[in-house]
Amino acid sequence: MIGGIFVDGGLLAMVVVVAVWTILVRDSFAAVIGYACYGLLLAFAWVRLAAIDAALTEAAIGGGLTSVLLIRAVVRLRATEASAQAETPGRLQRILAAVLSAAVAGALGVVVLGLPEPAPSLAPRVAEHIASTGLGNAVTAVLLAFRAIDTLLEAVVLVYALVAVWALTPDRFWGGRPGPKYAVEPNGMLAYLARLLPPLGIVVGIYVFWVGADLPGGKFQAGTLLAAMWLLTIMAGLTDVPPISRRLLRIALAAGTVVFLAIGFAGVPLAGAFLAYPEGFAKPLILLIEAASMVSIAVTLGLLVVGPPERSGAP
Amino acid sequence: MSLLLDVWTVAAVTAGLFFFLAGTVGLLRFPDTLTRLHALTKADNLGLGLVVLGLLPRVDGPLAGLKLICVWLLALLAGATASQLIARLARRARPPA
Repeated sequence: MIGGIFVDGGLLAMVVVVAVWTILVRDSFAAVIGYACYGLLLAFAWVRLAAIDAALTEAAIGGGLTSVLLIRAVVRLRATEASAQAETPGRLQRILAAVLSAAVAGALGVVVLGLPEPAPSLAPRVAEHIASTGLGNAVTAVLLAFRAIDTLLEAVVLVYALVAVWALTPDRFWGGRPGPKYAVEPNGMLAYLARLLPPLGIVVGIYVFWVGADLPGGKFQAGTLLAAMWLLTIMAGLTDVPPISRRLLRIALAAGTVVFLAIGFAGVPLAGAFLAYPEGFAKPLILLIEAASMVSIAVTLGLLVVGPPERSGAP
Repeated sequence: MSLLLDVWTVAAVTAGLFFFLAGTVGLLRFPDTLTRLHALTKADNLGLGLVVLGLLPRVDGPLAGLKLICVWLLALLAGATASQLIARLARRARPPA
């Protein structure tokens, strides 16, 4: 018991210190590294709260993928950073920003401290109805059955994010290949890792997807792992990114949302409601949605990281 | 028997923690990138390895033990690759005299 309090207290202190450091540090690259550490520490905090699903997602998306996106942004902005930092905002602007931030933080604090005790929970109702879905993991049951509409909208938002990135494409490269062409170094360390790790990573990714029905895991974590393996082979120069005009790529991007919507609308005549599953078919349909979504998430996340097209489509 | 295993766990995990402590001190105190990388990878490789060895008698079954060992091997692979890449960048930025 005492040990647990010690660990939680230390974890909490580290989360706060890293968060403050990330805000205060002047160098943006250091701030991104701080943010990555913050994400990993938060993942540990979720583990301590026994929320393994949230921990996996935080480590994969919050700590891993978002940090990679931010690192790329920092590298891209490096050329203009000095001039941007020279323009310090005026005193009034800084005071206003501080007041606004303090007000938001204060309001959040009031809301969290004002939660009724015990906090309102739908967990007993989920436990009561989970048998009808055929799933063992309550988180997956909530995400794909009881609150499937939220998950559907998440899938759509992800595609929109990629559309926003592609919107930055210069006209002459539209339909071309994203990102720079990475030089392959056949005996290099990165090429070695990119040959050794993907077989393992793909197996682990598909395992995480498959156990998501009954244990912590699911399409988001699995999709991130697959995207990471794809990015590794791209950055080692072993594979090239396909041009964004390629039809197969577009199909892979849309598959998750399309399958989700098709099954959702099929629920109207077959089960009486949008996104309702016919009796006894819940689990296979959920697995189908998850499989299609995993492919779309992996491709979308990978393309988000490599960025807008910078070259023509020719190999 | 269980007392022996307890002693083993305590000894191995303590030794692992010592390497993490020494690695952290080295990371903070060593003068240049290459020596700091050396300190960091020692912590990862030996420290994590000893912690895993110490925890092996406590797992539920052989599968869980195998997973622990896989975690260690993956950390070895990732640590070795990342430190090689960083070391190469450091050398390119400042060629040896």
